[in-house]
Amino acid sequence: MTQLQRFSLRRLLAGLVEGIDGPLLAIVLPLAAIGLVTLYSASHDVPAREVTQAVNFVVAFVLMWVAARTPPQTLMRLALPAYLVGLALLVAVALGGDVVNGARRWLHVGVTRFQPSEIMKIAMPLMLAWHFHRHEATLRLRDFALAGLLLAVPVALIAREPDLGTALLVAAAGFYVIFLAGISWKVLGVLALVVLASLPPLWGLMHDYQRERILTLLDPSQDPLGAGYHIIQSTIAVGSGGIGGKGWLHGTQSHLEFIPERHTDFIFAVFSEEFGLVGNCVLLALYALLIVRGMVIAAKAPSFFTRLLAGSITLIYFTYAFVNMGMVAGIVPVVGVPLPFVSYGGTALATLFIGVGILMSIHRHRTLVQT
Amino acid sequence: MSRAATPELVRLPVWRARFVLALFLAGFVLVAGRSVYLQAMKTGFLREMGEARYSRVLAIPATRGRILDRNGEPLAVSTPVKSVWAIPGDVEAPPGQLALLARTLQMDPRELKKRLADRARDFVYLKRQIPPEQAKRVAELGIPGIYQSQEYRRYYPAGEVAAQLVGFTDVDDAGQDGIELAYQSSLAGRPGSRRVIRDRLGNIVEDVGSVRPALDGQDVVLSIDGKIQSLAFSALEHAVARSRAKAGSLVVLDVRTGEVLALANAPSYNPNNRAQLAGGDLRNRALTDAFEPGSTLKPFTIATALELGKVTPATRIDTDGGQIKMARYTIRDAEPGDVLSVTQIIQRSSNVGAAKIALTLPPVAMWDTFHRVGFGAPPPLDFPGETGGILRPYRSWRPIEQATMAYGNGISVSLMQLARAYSIFARNGKLIPITLLRTATPVAGTQVIPARVAHEVRDMLETVVEPGGTAPRARIMGWRVAGKTGTAHIAEDGGYAAHKYIASFVGFAPVSAPRLIVAVMIDQPAGRDYYGGLVAAPVFAQVMQGALRMLNVPHDAPLVPIEPVPDEGSKEDA
Repeated sequence: MTQLQRFSLRRLLAGLVEGIDGPLLAIVLPLAAIGLVTLYSASHDVPAREVTQAVNFVVAFVLMWVAARTPPQTLMRLALPAYLVGLALLVAVALGGDVVNGARRWLHVGVTRFQPSEIMKIAMPLMLAWHFHRHEATLRLRDFALAGLLLAVPVALIAREPDLGTALLVAAAGFYVIFLAGISWKVLGVLALVVLASLPPLWGLMHDYQRERILTLLDPSQDPLGAGYHIIQSTIAVGSGGIGGKGWLHGTQSHLEFIPERHTDFIFAVFSEEFGLVGNCVLLALYALLIVRGMVIAAKAPSFFTRLLAGSITLIYFTYAFVNMGMVAGIVPVVGVPLPFVSYGGTALATLFIGVGILMSIHRHRTLVQT
Repeated sequence: MSRAATPELVRLPVWRARFVLALFLAGFVLVAGRSVYLQAMKTGFLREMGEARYSRVLAIPATRGRILDRNGEPLAVSTPVKSVWAIPGDVEAPPGQLALLARTLQMDPRELKKRLADRARDFVYLKRQIPPEQAKRVAELGIPGIYQSQEYRRYYPAGEVAAQLVGFTDVDDAGQDGIELAYQSSLAGRPGSRRVIRDRLGNIVEDVGSVRPALDGQDVVLSIDGKIQSLAFSALEHAVARSRAKAGSLVVLDVRTGEVLALANAPSYNPNNRAQLAGGDLRNRALTDAFEPGSTLKPFTIATALELGKVTPATRIDTDGGQIKMARYTIRDAEPGDVLSVTQIIQRSSNVGAAKIALTLPPVAMWDTFHRVGFGAPPPLDFPGETGGILRPYRSWRPIEQATMAYGNGISVSLMQLARAYSIFARNGKLIPITLLRTATPVAGTQVIPARVAHEVRDMLETVVEPGGTAPRARIMGWRVAGKTGTAHIAEDGGYAAHKYIASFVGFAPVSAPRLIVAVMIDQPAGRDYYGGLVAAPVFAQVMQGALRMLNVPHDAPLVPIEPVPDEGSKEDA
């Protein structure tokens, strides 16, 4: 048989879908659809955004496909370089990044610009999972301390930009790895105490707008036209959706521009107003399925590295979804966290889909244990 | 396969897995719970809050009703104008454009700047009531934050002729005086409203149902006849000017219907330009000012005596050479006579005669007549600021007061009250209700004195304008006229001013079938002549003649020219 004969269409298709996890795809695609549908309503004034986001989805999907076909061993080899590149870029941003809206977050790369902090969302769990994997047999407190340092430096750099939301997400991603690696409850307890004790001085180090956000969460009505505006408006939008919602494209609060950031961080308010409690339940169910599936994959993961990686990625999805919906619904302070798979934004979408791809890869290689 | 790699061993520690699961569950339950709370329990409240953010009720202005005379001629009409206002915080314009705006609005640029300075305010008027063309030019400048609203400005075609009667509105189109004030609620109508949806920037996105249309104000049709009004005003204004008087008023009543056909005051003002008007000119003196009427009240005293049978028209009264003393006071006649008949007492206006007759009457009888012809209470016109004059209770009358009240001192009335009271002589003893609104229906009236007495007084009043009476100048060609003069000292500081008079004449015509009552009052004539028969009677004649002609009232006297009255006219005293 010649090379050409073997290269049949059927084989090509089989090759293409090889490594794609059916259940995960069945969860992520509806989420993506919800995202596009809601974005169409939220961006009625800027129709071009819908097209951009569709392209973003295609790009992200390809990235997921690539990640799904990358064996965990390759991912492990990529961990250190990815982390170092991310760290270097963060330093570069700190030295000469673009300032947008008062925060130095962006780096120019050729024609486009991106936020290096996004790389850390993937690189951080990769790095830490690899770190713990290397010392799996002899895990000691020293290893956890080193992990803490590896985590603290980039988080501090991101927090200084300032970008509290991303810093918290990266910190959470790293913390999940450390937690899942088996840090002792005693150490955790001491850490918790240290964190609690450091809250007052941390309060003093915070930017005014960050303090304001926390204060207005406690009582939004204190400053209804200023800092409390976001929370009040989004709460109203969510609540006026009622059980069944006002219907697609009929959300008055969003269409009359009463919802701030309605295509990015606050898109959940738009969704909630138009699809109501029923829509919220569907959305929550999809996220729950995604997380359960991720945990199953983590549980079945063949190695320490893959287990930590899958677990932390899954927990990060939970964190994204919970913080964003909680923020819009007024139970979590306003931090810049997008709603996973739904909010507008190419970088975040790429990161999320790469994560899905990694999960798929881990699941696919669960029996091909090499160590 | 090594042991370390078996699935069992690489599974997460059970307690950690459980902890993670619990965390995840707790988080999602929290979000779901909050969602249920907001979307199922607080929906109504939050929807209201949401609606309050986008739903606005806008007013649709109602057009103010017109004020028309009885023939439909407009006395007050509304013309559309625009008012320009701004939200200072939203105004974005380079200085050059602001200067242009100031020029277009004909405003001082510094004043404009000052008004726009307070950026915290949401609403500042820049200029109100500008013509539509000017407003259009302002709109064409296209400055953000500058808005216009539709308003109406009042225009008074009759100008000063009926100024005090019609009144005027303020810049907010609300009646401030006169008919504009008295009929404010029906003239104003009810503004409509519409609910609109506005976005965060205030742009109107769409109309939502529930539109309540504006209910335009209703026209008020006055009893006033524009032609008679304008004749009355010009005659009055002329007389006031010629006699250098302080002011004057004139009332024309339709005897059959009780309608006020004219109500003029001088000096007047231009209601279309009230920049420099004086407070006194605003008053509708005929309704708001009470004065001591003087001799025009004598017929009511005589009527009371006739009704009680104390005298007949022919009864002769000794006037004691035109002077009697009562207590510390002396009552004098302007033209002393001897023994006069009751008719002559009216014709020559003898104070002594009237006082003597009054003293034969019980005070309650005089008071009753005065009261029943409407003195002491405002006429039921509902006009703002109407006076009822002063009629003191008869129990407090001293004899000297009863004597002077017989000829109209110590009692005060408005010209309108006086004119209406004369209807008992014109309508066979019946007092008619009067109105400022067009009715064109005859009214019945209330019997106050017997018809017989009314006829007797009417005959006496006709002699007043005949040779030998006090007011031959009140005669007119073609119609018989009856009336009475009055010349009263003005009450001042508890006494009477020496050289300040109010000259008046009240009369009606045609005597055979009375149609009109005309009452004229001239306040403080400063010329040589100050008697009612000289100052007020000619105005009466001019207006009465013109009005009867306009109304095509049949003649009851031959159309022969009236012989001119000698310059030395008859006189009377206070």
